Amino acid sequence: MNGDTPGLAPAPAYALEGHGLVKTFGSFRAVDGVDIAVPAGTIYGVLGPNGAGKTTLLRTLLGIIDPDEGRRSLLGAEQPLRMARQVGYLPEERGLYPSMKAYEAIAFMGALRGLPLRQGRGRAREMLEGHGMGAAINKPIRQLSKGMAQTVQLFGTIIHEPRLIVLDEPFSGLDAINQEKLERLIREQAQRGVTVLFSTHVIAHAERLCERVAIVAGGRIRFEGTVDDARAQLRSQVRLRTRASDGAWRAALPGDAIQEEGAWHFALPDGGIEPLLRALLDGDAGIESLSIERPGLHDAFVAIAGAAAAQQMRDDAEREALV
Amino acid sequence: MREMWRAALVIARRDFTAVVLSRTFILFLLGPLLPILIGMVFAGFTDKISSTDLRPVVGIAMPASEAVRLERAYDRLTERMGDQALVRVRRVPMTPAPRVQLARVDSAVVAILSGTVARPVLTGKAEDLDKLQGDLSLIASAAQAENTLRMVQVQREEVATSNGAQAQGRLQIGRVAQIVMFFLTILLAGMILSNLVEEKTNKIIEILAAAVPIDAIFLGKLMAMLAMSFVGIAFWGGTAFAIFLALGGNGAAVPVPAVGWPVFLALAVIYFAMAYTLLGSLFLGIGAQAATVREVQTLNMPVTMGQMMIFFFASYAIDHMGKAPEIAAAIFPFSSPFTMIARAAQDDALWPHLLAIVWQALFVGLIIRVGVLLFRRHVMQSGGRWWKQLFRPSTG
Repeated sequence: MNGDTPGLAPAPAYALEGHGLVKTFGSFRAVDGVDIAVPAGTIYGVLGPNGAGKTTLLRTLLGIIDPDEGRRSLLGAEQPLRMARQVGYLPEERGLYPSMKAYEAIAFMGALRGLPLRQGRGRAREMLEGHGMGAAINKPIRQLSKGMAQTVQLFGTIIHEPRLIVLDEPFSGLDAINQEKLERLIREQAQRGVTVLFSTHVIAHAERLCERVAIVAGGRIRFEGTVDDARAQLRSQVRLRTRASDGAWRAALPGDAIQEEGAWHFALPDGGIEPLLRALLDGDAGIESLSIERPGLHDAFVAIAGAAAAQQMRDDAEREALV
Repeated sequence: MREMWRAALVIARRDFTAVVLSRTFILFLLGPLLPILIGMVFAGFTDKISSTDLRPVVGIAMPASEAVRLERAYDRLTERMGDQALVRVRRVPMTPAPRVQLARVDSAVVAILSGTVARPVLTGKAEDLDKLQGDLSLIASAAQAENTLRMVQVQREEVATSNGAQAQGRLQIGRVAQIVMFFLTILLAGMILSNLVEEKTNKIIEILAAAVPIDAIFLGKLMAMLAMSFVGIAFWGGTAFAIFLALGGNGAAVPVPAVGWPVFLALAVIYFAMAYTLLGSLFLGIGAQAATVREVQTLNMPVTMGQMMIFFFASYAIDHMGKAPEIAAAIFPFSSPFTMIARAAQDDALWPHLLAIVWQALFVGLIIRVGVLLFRRHVMQSGGRWWKQLFRPSTG
């Protein structure tokens, strides 16, 4: 359906934008002043622990719910539903009509987004056959396994060939094989120039797929940038094991070095590893092993989200004390 | 707006096929016919039931000669007035006393007339005496007059048309149309209450709400249920017409409504659609707030009572054509279709119908919009004060 909409404006630089978004449920601020911009044509991950506000943020950006404050723009339109034909959305809570046949369910989801039913039925059959689900084409959804039903819903999300695909926790409930298939599908879509935005709390998927990520905690974006930028938030970790337990070389260890199970652990010093190495050699420390580990996205996520959670707890405690 | 109608049609098509192609739809179609079919099968039995005479029976405890005079008078009167006009009478023994006879467990009469024709005594409970003494006084008077009572012959002068009779006939058509429309609405519109529960329990609402305006979801559902209702009405109407023809029914004997049959039938279809969508949009809005089927079931009773009240209002208005109650019922959106179909039977002016249809359609739109905004506010937990968004475009 790319470019099918009459009078379509030139593709904006950002597929999705939100500025100062706030969404509250009662006294709970699920989205708390979020600024986000998803560059067109990228795979973008929204990471966060459970209850961080990821789903509410996605629902707000897509126009399913309106923000209490702030502005949003979806494919250049401030009213998201105007761009519904260009968007595919897989919600966290999967839903299909149980009595509908698999191919009909896919075609129906396409029809909702403007794809003619006849065309949708044809494409749905092709998609299901192409993924080895030919036997399921005419089966009602209630007779499919959970994984197959999820695949049907995923096909329904992309059948109309959208320019933007938004997937909320797409990997949850899938086995390893289907997770791998989904990763491949996301990459294929991105290669076609489609913007893919997905939320997850499983960092490995984001690390493998995403060009940019936003880490959400407590309804706020705590980090936004490339995966490398996120990793760079933490210094590399040094792990050192020596034969000598003491000596002059110990003075060269950073002050925050800790000893665990016979090995020293500390962040790589700002001056690099060379001065420490020299001190270890000169002081006959007897290096048994020395490794420098670059932190993964997981480490960055835990550090950022953990710090945010700790900050949140402090803020809450202060607020309660004031009350 | 075009996009909203397109989306509504997609939803309507899905809902319509899901209902019409289900096995339970056959039961739905046959349901209203079951009483008729059972009635035909047990025709003899029902005839017996319908012929059971529920008029009170009064015992005659008089000497035989007096009782014969009373019976003769009774026969002369019923010959003129019809079988059902007077109480029934039956001879009972003169002893024991009426008071004692009435106290018996096996007493089959409600009161006993004793004494003579000239001085009759009626024994029974006070409220029964109030009801019976007029009839018995008339019979006794006729018996007293006996052969001196001369029945006057009324001369007949027949005419081809009578405005009074025509007005009565049209009033009857209006009433029948109101009742039929009411029963169809009460049978069919209530189903809409639970219409969004499937989407909510199966989490499909999220997919729909992300793709199309919620107005389109509501509109599509109403369209589907209306189309399904028309399938049902066509089936029931066709069956009823076939039975009518099979029984040798004569359409010429039916009076003609003021606007003529073709226009009247067209208006009946339109007004049914309006009554259905008015109540349906309200029910959809109410039902959409319910989280479970149990909640919907609980809502059924007050909703049915509300429908009954609307019907009684419209039914009262039919006897007050052109007066304040009828105008009020025509203006009040929910009773308007029922009132206007009765008006079509009695008055040939067409412009009020045009006005009423536009007025009713406006309210359908308004009720849908309010229902949608309340749904967004309370179910989707979106949006602020709903009345501020009432007339904003529904594009999310």
